[in-house]
Amino acid sequence: MNLLEFARGPAFNFALIVFVFGVVWRLAGLFLQWRRRDLSKPRQHNLIVAGTRAMLMRSLPPHELEKHIVFQHMSGYAWHIAWFISLLFFAPHLPFFKQFLGFAWPALPNWISLGAGAVALALLLTLVIRRATNPVLKQISTWDDYISVVLTILPLATGFLAYGRLLPIRYETLLALHLLSICALLVWYPFGKLMHLFLTFPSRFQAGALLGRKGVEA
Amino acid sequence: MLVDPRATVADMLRARGISRRGFMKFCATTASLMALAPSMTPKVAEALQKARRTSVIWLPFQECTGCKESLTRAGGPTLENLIFDAISLDYSETLMAAAGHQAEEAMKNAIRENWGNYLLLVDGSLPVDVPEYSVIGGVSNLEMLKEVAAGAKAVVAIGTCSAFGGLPAARPNPTGARPISDVVKDKPLINVPGCPPMPIAITSVLVHYLTFGTLPELDHLNRPKSFFGQTIHDRCYRRPFYERGQFAESFDDEGAKAGWCLFKVGCKGPTTYNGCATYKWNLGASWPVESGHGCLGCSEPNFWDWQGFYNPLSTTQWGGYAQIGAAAAAGAAAGAVAALAARRKQRPVGQDVQEEGK
Ligand code: SF4
Repeated sequence: MNLLEFARGPAFNFALIVFVFGVVWRLAGLFLQWRRRDLSKPRQHNLIVAGTRAMLMRSLPPHELEKHIVFQHMSGYAWHIAWFISLLFFAPHLPFFKQFLGFAWPALPNWISLGAGAVALALLLTLVIRRATNPVLKQISTWDDYISVVLTILPLATGFLAYGRLLPIRYETLLALHLLSICALLVWYPFGKLMHLFLTFPSRFQAGALLGRKGVEA
Repeated sequence: MLVDPRATVADMLRARGISRRGFMKFCATTASLMALAPSMTPKVAEALQKARRTSVIWLPFQECTGCKESLTRAGGPTLENLIFDAISLDYSETLMAAAGHQAEEAMKNAIRENWGNYLLLVDGSLPVDVPEYSVIGGVSNLEMLKEVAAGAKAVVAIGTCSAFGGLPAARPNPTGARPISDVVKDKPLINVPGCPPMPIAITSVLVHYLTFGTLPELDHLNRPKSFFGQTIHDRCYRRPFYERGQFAESFDDEGAKAGWCLFKVGCKGPTTYNGCATYKWNLGASWPVESGHGCLGCSEPNFWDWQGFYNPLSTTQWGGYAQIGAAAAAGAAAGAVAALAARRKQRPVGQDVQEEGK
């Protein structure tokens, strides 16, 4: 078994099992752990409105800080969107999704999907360097932040290396490294901050609903 | 045709009506195949002209004869198959006129007379687990290979079966088919894989050996680097479509008709090292991708079982919905247990305040 066979077979299978197990475990653990019964009188009854409002409002930069965090905020959105464009609309990726879903969607021209990938890669590299050098960000960063960012960068970086044959290494080795980087991302996913993909909006909603119950407009 | 044992390669080619111009063209092509500078062409020609005919024994094991067909029916009386006049093919069950005991006798004589100097070509894999599955004149392939390889100067595994096991080794591999390299450990060994290999790949190895008396530079799978140094994808004329993201989605859609890249219908060109895209088949008429079918990767180990021929390279061999469902069910159970454990520790809001106030 060569490296590519290993990456496409046992490694990917293992990573997929860990990913599914881990994500379902964490989601079930959180959602089934319903909150303590609150004996106080609710100040507001429409908690869905309160939760939805918080979910949307907290997706915008807080007014008071807007000026200071504009780069952080906009680049965060930009790389997420660009990353997902390159993942979901780069033509060679579509057979990957089709094998699970049984269907696929039209790809974008390579110049768009690859361009998006390049934007995501450049922004992620800038952000991780900034995180490591900015005195405040450095203080509040943990290993989880660095591991999560690096594991998000690796599939992009290895993808470009494989597609463009940018290293004097055989293509199948580069393709195997690309797949292994995806395996690493899947394995880490449920256990680190990357889980925010599934938790950001539910937790914003829940915070909004709880605060709304107490009469606070979040 | 009776052959003068003192005849050189050039004598033989001349006798077959190959002109000097044709001979030089052949030398130039093979020199470039061997990754030699064009200035080396006269040297190749000179060496070939002087070279004595080398004794060659060709053993067929678990094979389909496709490799020999590839060479001998390359599309016409080409120089590729005339190279057989430049060697002394002392034993090949399929190609020689003699049969049965006569053929076995010819092989024994050739081995005796050329001990230590003959070239051994092998096509087909070895049934190692059950040697009785393939025998010639009552001798198992395994035994025969050990005997004949002992006196060979070098061994050339022709075709993917002898190089890597090939189709006989496909799951469940009932004969325990193995490549030649599993048995031949103490001789220079060169693999010329392909199902079948390109005629010119076989010829270039033979010419290299006849010219220099050595084997060419090999890659990590013992394949001649000069021929197997680049992927099909590197030289594919459909590559611009790949770069632009224009893919055929099926074999009869508009993309396929327009000649777009075949990656999505399973082409293994990006991971296959072979010369088809450059040299083509049938006297340069066409090759699989040009005919509208993706590359199967036939010169690569395990191409027969690796994944479906029509599954794109960007798919994986995941375990299916049942496996994912089991992982999700286990995750849900683990999550429920964790949630219930956490829930048991909770008290209603207000109760803690009351308790603290007591
Ligand atoms: S048809 Fe195959 S070899 Fe040719 S460019 Fe497409 S993927 Fe590469």
